[in-house]
Formats: sequence, structure tokens, C-alpha cells
Amino acid sequence: MKNIVVVGGGIAGVETACLLAESGNHVTIIERSDKLGGKLNQWYCLFPDFKKSDEVLDYIHNRLKNFDIEVKLKSVVENVEPNGNGWFIYTGNVRYAADAVVLATGYDLFDATRKEELGYKIYDNVYTQADIEAKFKSGNLKTSYGKDPERIAIVHCVGSRDEKCHNMYCSKVCCVTGVKQAIELAKFLPKTEIFCFYMDLRMYDKHFEELYRSAQEHHNIQFIRGRVSEVSESSDNRLSIKTEDTLSGRPMKMKLDMIILLAGMEAKKNTLATAKLFDVETEESGFLKSKDFHLGAGILSRKGIFAAGTCISPMSIKETIENARSSAFQVNEYLKSL
Amino acid sequence: MEFGFSTLETRSIDYDKFDRKLIEYLLRYEPSLLVCMACGGCTATCSAGNLTEFNIRRIQLMVKRGETDTLKAEIDKCMLCGKCMLICPRGVNLRNVVMLIKKALATEVIEKSDKQSLNS
Repeated sequence: MKNIVVVGGGIAGVETACLLAESGNHVTIIERSDKLGGKLNQWYCLFPDFKKSDEVLDYIHNRLKNFDIEVKLKSVVENVEPNGNGWFIYTGNVRYAADAVVLATGYDLFDATRKEELGYKIYDNVYTQADIEAKFKSGNLKTSYGKDPERIAIVHCVGSRDEKCHNMYCSKVCCVTGVKQAIELAKFLPKTEIFCFYMDLRMYDKHFEELYRSAQEHHNIQFIRGRVSEVSESSDNRLSIKTEDTLSGRPMKMKLDMIILLAGMEAKKNTLATAKLFDVETEESGFLKSKDFHLGAGILSRKGIFAAGTCISPMSIKETIENARSSAFQVNEYLKSL
Repeated sequence: MEFGFSTLETRSIDYDKFDRKLIEYLLRYEPSLLVCMACGGCTATCSAGNLTEFNIRRIQLMVKRGETDTLKAEIDKCMLCGKCMLICPRGVNLRNVVMLIKKALATEVIEKSDKQSLNS
């Protein structure tokens, strides 16, 4: 029986671990926080079908029950030593032997306070999409003044496609998250005017385009092409924004009651530390570098070390699950070659 | 007294201050206008647009922004050939939008806000 250590107990980590256990390996999950499921625990529902996040969490928890997987919560990989073809991995005073390692360390949400001009944590009623998911969970969508918002703006590409934050890439899932949240908000608050301010709308996956059309057709969500340059507070305690309505070529201003910033996905800072410990390469963006973009996704620069999920690149839950399954397959192929 | 100074009107679109009567009227009778994604297919194929400055994509946007000052002069350039609606990937019936704008202008929906006369 081969030993495998999976670092990170989010969706990717647990799915990979289950598949590897299913094929007869001894698997240990090392998770930094006090529970499994990662960022999904904070989410209310998922695009494009509004599936409740809890259904996916239930799936991974139920799946885990079928296997004898050792789960170490509140644990961090502190040191790594080579051991023949494998490694010794140290966490606290425990040592694990591993024939293969899967890094599934996830992502960080872009810290929206870095885009100071957008007013996050400066003005009330400026949120990120993660804050809004928490608000959906609590069922309270009132502004800080206790009123239903009359107007809401959803601002796309915050901390993505922006060299001012050193993030050149597109986080790709924010566009559809914004459209999904716009529709949910329209359902919760039927009298509210909702706007999406976008640079490009990247409805890349199945059913996303239909969701976008439905947002326009059935929920009267208005899409304005222009990057919001500035948020300020108006004298009547509302928020005021400036943008260019690029399709008419004119500057535009608007008063609002709530702003939602679609913060991008960033490589986790902890992933960089973990990558160093395991001596695997990262990309300039900080995400883990796969051996080959087309043929070796999830196979890292060092033999026997693999990656799964959003530590490779931004991805949706669906893609994370697919990616985890493909990584488990790659690990098994590798173990056969030993 | 004239001192040779003047102030310029802002070019900025103020979303808080515009008359929504025309756009509300258009959306009530032609809701397909909601799904425009500004691809410009209509304008590329437009017979009038190939001969004049007429830009139907821009016109529907300006109506959505409440910018209707030059609308009357613009809309008359349309020859109602209907190629815009044949090419539209989202199925917006732009010809009907043009007809409705003409009707609204004729009944002075913009100036008078007399919704009753439009509904009749």
C-alpha cells in the first residue's frame, strides 16, 4: 500500500483523497483550518444552476465516510525531507511518509482594500461577492441604514486584469458569479435596480451565456461597459460612482445604495511557502506551475508532487472537481511507475 | 453684461437625472430591447448607416441613458428595411423599436409624459 499526503482539505483535496483511497492507497489530508470544505463553506449557492453550496459540501462529507482517510485538521506542513523516492512530511510532532504528495491549497480572494479608490472598508455598503454570499446565507440584504437598497452596482474585474495589482490574468469565474448574484438579488429585491459594470463579459462555460441573457431578459439587470474608476460617498449618505459608458463614449455618474466588488482569485500566500518546502516551481502569478499547459496540468516540476484545484489557476467548483479527479488519475499512473 | 466667460455643460451622463418615460414605453411594447449586448451587428448591416451617420446601436443605448435631444432628427434616417432585426443574434426587434420611437415622438411622450395617449 502506498502512502499519499494531500495538503489542503477543500473540495479539490477531499475529492482527490477519496479517489486515491478508493484505488487502495493510504491517504492523509493535512488541513490548516478547523474544518473541511475550504472557501465553499462561506458560499450560499453556485452558478449556473443555483445549486446550494451545502449540497456539494454534503457530497464530499458523505464521500469521505466511505474511506479510511486520516484527516489532520488545524495542521500545517512545517518541514519536508526526502526519503528514497518519497518524502517525510512533518506537521507538529507527527511525521508522515509519503510516496506522492498532492497540493490542494486553494486560493485567496483578492484583498479589495488594495483598490482603495473603490472604497472597500472605507464606506459602508461596499462589499465583495464573498460578503454578499454571507448576506444571502443570513437572509439580510438591507443596507447599513436598515433599508432595502434602491440601486446596486456589481463591479467586475476587481484585482483581475490589472497590472496595478500585479494580476495580469483573468480570474474567469467572477463574471458569472456577478451575473448569478445579480439574479439572486433581483429575486430577493424585486424593486431594486441592478447594474453590472464590466470590461468584457466572459461567459465561458455551458449555460453561462443563457444565464447572462436571462439576467437581462427576465430580471432587467443592466450591463454597462466601463470600469468603475472611483467610488465616493454622497452628502445624502448614498454611494456615488464614476465610470465611462464606453459604448456611448461618455463619462457617467450614478448614485447607489450598495456596491459589490467582484474580487478576483489570487494564488494563496501559503501556497508559495508550501511550494518552497516541496521545491516546486510557481508561475509569475504565484499559482503552481504545471509541467505542460496542455498535457501535464497538475503535474508539477518535481516528480511525485501533484496539484489539484485552485492552487493551479482560478476555476469553478465544477472544474475543481474535474481537476481533482484528473489529478488523482495522474497520481495513480505515477505510483504504478514506481 | 458680457465678460467673455462662459461655463460648459458637463458631458457626463447623470444616471440620476433623466426622464425614463421613453425607455419605459419602449420596453413595455418591445421588451426584446432588454437583451441587446451591443455587438453592433445591426449597425454594420444598416442601409442608412452605410450612407449617413445613423447608428442604431448607439441610438438604442442613448435612449436607455435618457439622451434624446437629437433623436428626432436621427430616427428619420432609418429606412425601415429591417435588416437589423434579421441579423440580431439576440432577436431584438429593432425595426419595431424605431416605429415605437416615431410613435412616441409623434405623441410627444418625451415632452408631455401623457402615457394615456400612448396606451390607446
